[in-house]
Amino acid sequence: MQEPQLNSLYQQLILEHYRNPRNKGEMDDSQVEVHMRNPSCGDEIKLQLRVEHGRIADVRFTGQGCSISQAAVSMMTQLLKGKPVDDVGSMADRFTEMMHGDEEAAKDRRMGDLRALAGVSRFPVRVKCALLGFDALQEALRKLGDSSTEN
Amino acid sequence: MATRADSGHPVQTPALDAHALRRDFPALQQEVHGHPLVYLDNAATTQKPVAVLDAVQRYYREDNANVHRGIHELSRRATEAYEGARAKVARWIGAADPSEVVWTRGTTDGINLLAAAWGLDHVKEGDEILLSVLEHHSNLVPWHLLARRTGARIRYIEIDDQGEWILDDLPELLNERTRIVSLSHVSNSLGSINPVEQVVPEIRARTDALIVLDGAQGAPLLPVDVHGLGVDFYAFSGHKMCGPTGIGALWGRRDRLEAMEPYQGGGEMISLVERDASTWAEVPHKFEAGTPNMAGAVGMGAAVDYLESVGRDAILAWEQALVRYALDRLSDLPGITIYGPRAVERRSGVVSFTLEAAHPHDISTIVDMHGVAIRAGHHCAQLVMQRYGTAATARASFYIYNTREDVDRLVSSLHEVLKIFG
Ligand SMILES: Cc1ncc(COP(=O)(O)O)c(C=O)c1O
Repeated sequence: MQEPQLNSLYQQLILEHYRNPRNKGEMDDSQVEVHMRNPSCGDEIKLQLRVEHGRIADVRFTGQGCSISQAAVSMMTQLLKGKPVDDVGSMADRFTEMMHGDEEAAKDRRMGDLRALAGVSRFPVRVKCALLGFDALQEALRKLGDSSTEN
Repeated sequence: MATRADSGHPVQTPALDAHALRRDFPALQQEVHGHPLVYLDNAATTQKPVAVLDAVQRYYREDNANVHRGIHELSRRATEAYEGARAKVARWIGAADPSEVVWTRGTTDGINLLAAAWGLDHVKEGDEILLSVLEHHSNLVPWHLLARRTGARIRYIEIDDQGEWILDDLPELLNERTRIVSLSHVSNSLGSINPVEQVVPEIRARTDALIVLDGAQGAPLLPVDVHGLGVDFYAFSGHKMCGPTGIGALWGRRDRLEAMEPYQGGGEMISLVERDASTWAEVPHKFEAGTPNMAGAVGMGAAVDYLESVGRDAILAWEQALVRYALDRLSDLPGITIYGPRAVERRSGVVSFTLEAAHPHDISTIVDMHGVAIRAGHHCAQLVMQRYGTAATARASFYIYNTREDVDRLVSSLHEVLKIFG
């Protein structure tokens, strides 16, 4: 197997999101908030969501960690705004496929800037960094689902 | 034949020859991502010399049998090798009597043994356990579990900005309720060599607490004299001192060991078993239930032989020489923060640092692609990370086979990090 290349991992777009994260900050009127930590390395994010009429109306995050985890969350939030909640599951699946080296997923235009993360699949120990955001997102939607069925 | 200098001057300890030692370690003779490997993760685990690998193989090929159980020749030889290794490991930490050395799976296992076998019998609600903020999770969590079961309270020695214990508070932290004091000899996350020689007598003077040292990072490095230290227990791991994984030792003062109930029950640790009860074997076998890690013990004994041939005084001197050089070279990097004591004499071979430009994981990935293995993360010392308000650091840690060229390779690969993230 060919050696993985550093420049395929550290794409300019990733570094750019790391330095200038999108949707970073807190919102006052979130409906759900999830704290997610990667216990083995200490990366963490807090993700807040507001859903209106079945669509993601707003999303914000705060956190700290490596360039991969923080850029991936930033890219994810960029894609989420206005998306139907029902589409999120397939987005998460698609991203997971990309992290497992699926080249079709890496070309899927619906994945937006997240496609720049395709190179992470060649660095298996870093895949969990990239997945932190989607893990938090899925937990948030599960919580949201629970609270809407309770009420 | 070795000749002593007869001029009346002290004999100079010959510095160890790291380039020569390096050839004893097969794992170091490889390329990683197209570069010769520079292994700087020794605080996590060290590589193994041929002498240790051979001893383990020879044990399995020639002597393998269950120890203390057979009359036959192989069992006799296995027992001899196993007990011979115990004597070597005892000698390494200055213990006069090998029967005060209990084989364990490692430091973690030794501390858990104490928390269960001593702690559950002697610690009550309202009692106190004194630890320090520097501790590795394996010298925190077993005591947290004990505290949860007994209602004891955990207290901490704090650390200053340089990772050294703040001892002004010690009199206040010790009182008649202090039942256990468990401290690290050397910190794995910052490399501080802790002033246990000063602290242990003070603890003794003020309490009759059980005094435990976590020697995971101390035993590989320092000339340890458990009797001189005046502690009750000293726990350490084989794999951090060129030995195999899955083996370690817990040294304990004989009266303490004898007064303690067993940890686990099973074969090997009994004297007589009847229908409702049994009586225990002598120390140390009382604490060694089941078929032990015989090959591991033999390997750890071989590791002691190897390190003795290197020269124990040379180890600390060499690591500190490398650290001095590394601190010097690293401090030129823009945006670097180096943690731990400023004085090299108070440091082990560990250098923990962060760069403003890049997160420790990114640093570790990039230097790895240049063949340099370092650790990034919290190093199982989250209390230390919290103290400095960071989630992670990058950590380079040296051992006997590292060289100045390894430090140079680390520095040049960090420049590659800065090129990407600068
Ligand atoms: C200071 C310290 N204590 C305890 C441990 C635990 O040792 P082990 O994992 O070998 O049980 C380590 C290393 O992991 C350590 O560095």
